[in-house]
Amino acid sequence: MLSKTVAELATALSQKEISARELTQAYLDRIGRLNPALNAYVTITADKALAQADLADARISRGEAGPLTGIPIAHKDIFCTRDVLTACGSHMLHNFIAPYDACVVERLEQAGAIMLGKTNMDEFAMGSSNETSWFGPVRNPWDPERVPGGSSGGSAAAVAADLCAMATGTDTGGSIRQPASFCGITGLKPTYGRVSRWGMIAFASSLDQAGPLTKSAEDAALMMNAIAGTDVRDSTCLDLPAEDFTAQLNQPLTGVRIGLPREHFTKDLNPSVQSILQNAVRKLESLGATFKEISLPNNYLSVPAYYVIAPAEASSNLSRFDGVRYGHRCANPANLEDLYKRSRGEGFGDEVKRRIMVGTYALSAGYYDAYYIKAQKIRRLIKDDFDQAFKDVDLILGPTSPHTAFKLGEKVSDPVTMYLEDIYTIAVNLAGLPGMSLPAGILDGLPIGMQLVGPALSESRLLNVAHQFQLNTDWHAKRPAAPVVSSPEVSA
Amino acid sequence: MSWETVIGLEVHVQLATKSKLFSGSATEFGAEPNTQASLYDLALPGTLPVMNEEVLRMAVSFGLAVDAEIGKRSVFDRKNYFYPDLPKGYQISQLAFPTVGRGALKINLDDGSEKTIAITRAHIEEDAGKSLHEDFQGMSGIDLNRAGTPLLEIVSDPDLRNAKEAVAYLKKLHSIILYLGISDGNMAQGSMRCDANVSVRKKGDTEFGTRTEIKNVNSFKFVEKAINYEVQRQIELIEDGGRVIQETRLYDSDKDETRSMRSKEVANDYRYFPEPDLLPIVIDESYIAAVRATLPELPAARCARFVSEYGLSAYDADVLTSDRAMADYFESVVKLCGDAKLSANWVTVDLLGLLNKSDLSINESPIKPGQLGTMIARIKDNTISGKLAKTVFEALAAGESDVDQIIESRGLKQVTDTGAIEKLVDEVIASNPDQVAQYRAGKEAVFGFFVGQAMKVSKGKANPAQLNELLRNKLKAD
Repeated sequence: MLSKTVAELATALSQKEISARELTQAYLDRIGRLNPALNAYVTITADKALAQADLADARISRGEAGPLTGIPIAHKDIFCTRDVLTACGSHMLHNFIAPYDACVVERLEQAGAIMLGKTNMDEFAMGSSNETSWFGPVRNPWDPERVPGGSSGGSAAAVAADLCAMATGTDTGGSIRQPASFCGITGLKPTYGRVSRWGMIAFASSLDQAGPLTKSAEDAALMMNAIAGTDVRDSTCLDLPAEDFTAQLNQPLTGVRIGLPREHFTKDLNPSVQSILQNAVRKLESLGATFKEISLPNNYLSVPAYYVIAPAEASSNLSRFDGVRYGHRCANPANLEDLYKRSRGEGFGDEVKRRIMVGTYALSAGYYDAYYIKAQKIRRLIKDDFDQAFKDVDLILGPTSPHTAFKLGEKVSDPVTMYLEDIYTIAVNLAGLPGMSLPAGILDGLPIGMQLVGPALSESRLLNVAHQFQLNTDWHAKRPAAPVVSSPEVSA
Repeated sequence: MSWETVIGLEVHVQLATKSKLFSGSATEFGAEPNTQASLYDLALPGTLPVMNEEVLRMAVSFGLAVDAEIGKRSVFDRKNYFYPDLPKGYQISQLAFPTVGRGALKINLDDGSEKTIAITRAHIEEDAGKSLHEDFQGMSGIDLNRAGTPLLEIVSDPDLRNAKEAVAYLKKLHSIILYLGISDGNMAQGSMRCDANVSVRKKGDTEFGTRTEIKNVNSFKFVEKAINYEVQRQIELIEDGGRVIQETRLYDSDKDETRSMRSKEVANDYRYFPEPDLLPIVIDESYIAAVRATLPELPAARCARFVSEYGLSAYDADVLTSDRAMADYFESVVKLCGDAKLSANWVTVDLLGLLNKSDLSINESPIKPGQLGTMIARIKDNTISGKLAKTVFEALAAGESDVDQIIESRGLKQVTDTGAIEKLVDEVIASNPDQVAQYRAGKEAVFGFFVGQAMKVSKGKANPAQLNELLRNKLKAD
């Protein structure tokens, strides 16, 4: 039952095969058994979940259930949750009980979803392996020696290990798609502005976007129906009429034109990953899609541009964590400067400090033009590349990550190598486009995803192609052979 | 040696919106600390700014009032620095693309001439909270009620040449702001705060001298004193062979001096960059036209109209229109009594005298326009003389309310009955034969004596015009 998709669970609930309470309890039991080893959740909200489950059951019996009513969900700990610890993977917020719900949390609760708890993540979403979390790394359910990806590593691992039916994530440079690829699940980063950022702790405001991590494209569409849409509390949230993201799922793929970026299929891409992608291409061709080579000539600039813009915004966004009003505060500050220095010095981890320093430097007088302005120009060029490409194709297919999940500790001491993890995903954030990762194959026992990218607001099209692919393949249904029950100790 | 002073002003005006610039919190002054601070004002993680559109309307209306270019696309930027009363660690302001661009303001100089002061720009930004250093025993308290209150920072070119010009400019700004109703302009409560950039140079020099910035001076009087002090300090410093350091200085009104606050040479690098949480504000001609349509008549136009419509002197018109409430008061009085010149006299001389003496604003006047208008109407319809009107005025000032009742109860009604006045005149002529003889011998000046005597007998109530006429006739006739 716990490995079912949201769509399947909704049927089981409506047909009274299982109650929301029973389902919730079953997930809580499984979390109790598996989470100590996986470390996917940092907070488990069992009481709240069971209370919400009872409400859901009442709603179901009144015949007022929606597609997500009674479906257990995990929220990335970047979303503020009322009366529940919201730590964002950081010691800085280890004591922060949010007094309000994020828009995404609020909307999913209104849809009847049941919050099981909060998932682990890289500190302030800065990382690609979930190793920068103050709560310790998350283990990949496919191999506990390996990382789940990041920064939404806890959410991805929780979905993959059936510790929830679905999860929320956020994606600033690949933080939904890369962990989805590493954990063998489906992840969607919507168009910038599709989903309200209200209540989502900011990393890089112009790039951050919330989205679903699910077991299928159909589930992602169901979640999008709940979370997408205008919100007056976020000025960057697009004011669009409500859209049913499931409406196009079953359209045939005949005539869909898909581009393959020549810059992504080079010798730098693992040949095995390359052949997995080629299999996916053949499958989609058999379903009626046509392929052609396209070019994204400035893609190689996306990582350096991103590592100016994102840290610049982060350096400012994280200024509010000063030990004055909430969060970590050093003991016995001698004066104001000491309060700032020690509260921030003790509260933030190394990667966060590194990015604050990089961002502060990039915005400094005398360097601003050389770094920040130049990076913004590159951002424009990258967006122009996509606009050009989408004149000829409906969407773009390529790798999500250059390889499968790597080992814990393998890259964490080498920031640049870690940054290059996001080489295929970052340009999508810089251009503000929707992108998704869906399982495309298994390599040496580990899942690997492929990425679909479309023009702004083309989520329905992406979900359509992904759903048709999933109807005709079973990569998305693969689960870790034997989920780990005990594993090497998790350092916290 | 002859020195020239160069002054530029940065004026922060707190806009009188009901809610803050980027949150729904109230902006009222004087509430309990931190009771007007929302999740956003406290800078809780995950909160976002939402622009208060009323602020934009107010900024644009100011821009139009000073003939400024209006930014069709204005952009918010973050100004980053750490301070406990700045909860986000940055202030949202406008750097490269302010809502109000170059404009100009005419001021009147003491010699009666006009001078145009260029306005460099006016940008929208949020206010910080307040740090409270008393009452916390070695610690500081933070009140975030003010954090996020909308400000319009109005920057002038360095066109002002002395403290008096600076004050004239400030008063003019103050007047316009009150006319527009975009701020209460209360300097003591900080609704209008002034930073003055002051430098001196030798007369004839084309380069500016090194400037200092005097922060947060909170009255017109202190602006004048602070600038004068600072100018003198700089001149003496240079004449003694010293050098002015670019720095921020604080004016201490108790000691009447400025002193160094912090040196700009180790100034913060504010690391400005465009605010990614807000979209640029894009407005078009139709928006600007709609705001223009709502603009009230501004002081300059109203002053001109007072001269042409009411036939007032330029001086009276200027005094009356510098304060919107004063001009409104005057126009209500005129409407009631129909005599603009008489109204102008009573308002600018008697009423202003009264208000100044008791340090009241026009809105706090004990005499309401309806009362003053009725009183002047009674002068016009000959119920009372102008002289006895002073008694009515004093009674009104003391709190009595009904003009006619005051006239009645004090018996101030003018005598207009020709028979009664004739009787008076006859009496005066009969009892002063010597003066009559003098007058008839050609000594015209004696006429005043008769008027005085007749008034005395009538206790001031005789209608002066009738009295004069009768006196002249009688003195001639016999």
